[in-house]
Amino acid sequence: MSSVHVSTTINGDAVEYVCPVDETLLDSLRDRVGLTGAKEGCGTGDCGACSVSLDGQLVCSCLVLGVEAEGREVNTVEGMVQDGELHVLQSKFIEHAALQCGICTPGFLVAANALLERNPNPTVEEIRYGLAGNLCRCTGYDKIVRAVMDAGKEMRKKNKSKGKKR
Amino acid sequence: MRYEAPKSMKEAVGLMAKAKGNARVLAGGTDLLVQMKSGMVEPDLIVDIKHIPATQEISKNGKGFKVGAAVSGARLRDHAGLNKAWPGVVEATNLIGSDQVQGRCTMSGNLCNASPAADSVPALVAAKAKAIVVGPKGKRTVPVEKIPTGPGQTSLKKGEIIEAITLPASSAKTGDAYLRFTPRTEMDIAVCSAGICLTIGARGVIKQARVAIGAVAPTVVLAPKAARAIVGTKLDDAALEKLAKEVEKVCAPIDDKRGTIEFRTEVAGVLAKRAAKIAYARAGGK
Repeated sequence: MSSVHVSTTINGDAVEYVCPVDETLLDSLRDRVGLTGAKEGCGTGDCGACSVSLDGQLVCSCLVLGVEAEGREVNTVEGMVQDGELHVLQSKFIEHAALQCGICTPGFLVAANALLERNPNPTVEEIRYGLAGNLCRCTGYDKIVRAVMDAGKEMRKKNKSKGKKR
Repeated sequence: MRYEAPKSMKEAVGLMAKAKGNARVLAGGTDLLVQMKSGMVEPDLIVDIKHIPATQEISKNGKGFKVGAAVSGARLRDHAGLNKAWPGVVEATNLIGSDQVQGRCTMSGNLCNASPAADSVPALVAAKAKAIVVGPKGKRTVPVEKIPTGPGQTSLKKGEIIEAITLPASSAKTGDAYLRFTPRTEMDIAVCSAGICLTIGARGVIKQARVAIGAVAPTVVLAPKAARAIVGTKLDDAALEKLAKEVEKVCAPIDDKRGTIEFRTEVAGVLAKRAAKIAYARAGGK
């Protein structure tokens, strides 16, 4: 198996790694770059535990080749913390106890973040459809949905006050 | 395995044509990577077509739309013009997988994966979509229903790649719709499905129609007799019943864990009736 050198941007930082050409982006992130937030659940794009964003587009990193990240921008759950502070979604997941074992949580956070960026004020139904690609076997989803609703509310409030300051 | 990301169609076709062993085109990868993972395919060469400008374009001219082979479901979802002209095609494509899968999956990939249950294909067939195929001998345009020849099999020859899919110009009097049956509301594969496109004339009488049924045969089935059952009508109950009966006649499904022969056949007829009603309303019929 031939290996390739990949130059990419991950969470705003320029990153380089060498990976076999058939390696998934998920494995490159975890094993080459040391970012183990994205998890492998199914490896077939069903569970969403490996969710990351690629050029701003939510994807399953298990369905992307590591070499495809060349010249592109990858954002993972590790990039959600800003200046040492948890992202609103992360705080709300803790507040609402929207996780138990936690293996699905990074994927849910990344997917929920993408959902709220596209639709800052989603209905419960929209959240359930939007997060249909993320599986959680512990929580029954209810607390996750509530945490996302609440985070959306807080993010809208923050954006509003930001707008006023300008 | 070798990975190539050519910048032009010519280069991509050259790589595919010259390849020894198993060469595969990579667009969204939502089928290919799963097949590689399971060991179903072990490509010697992967040709990533996403860096070819023509595969990333959505363009419109007097003849209709052209959607590049690497355009993702998410981009179709966000394209106002396509949503207005071909809502059935966009909805069908958007039913594939999750939001994560939508970020990558493509109509062309769905077509070339050649699953009888592919969601976008019945809608594309009903819409009279065509595939622009580029190969070592040049370019040819093929009706999409001629691409899949059986589960996992296509009519594409060595070195041939789909560059884009075209959709004809739509009018306010044309409507399309796609419906599928799945036990779950999301993240599921069609047990059976129906795509319908119709155009109405004066007083709401259907002038033209195309009916395509999915997951009831080795390939998506175009059902001209079912279409004729509603042409010349205002989609009254008798026409809808006849449509369902004709749809049932073209069904030759398998029995499997997703559904029985009887179930698939009956539900295909029901879905065709419901999809016809949606398409009719979208065409401005009352």
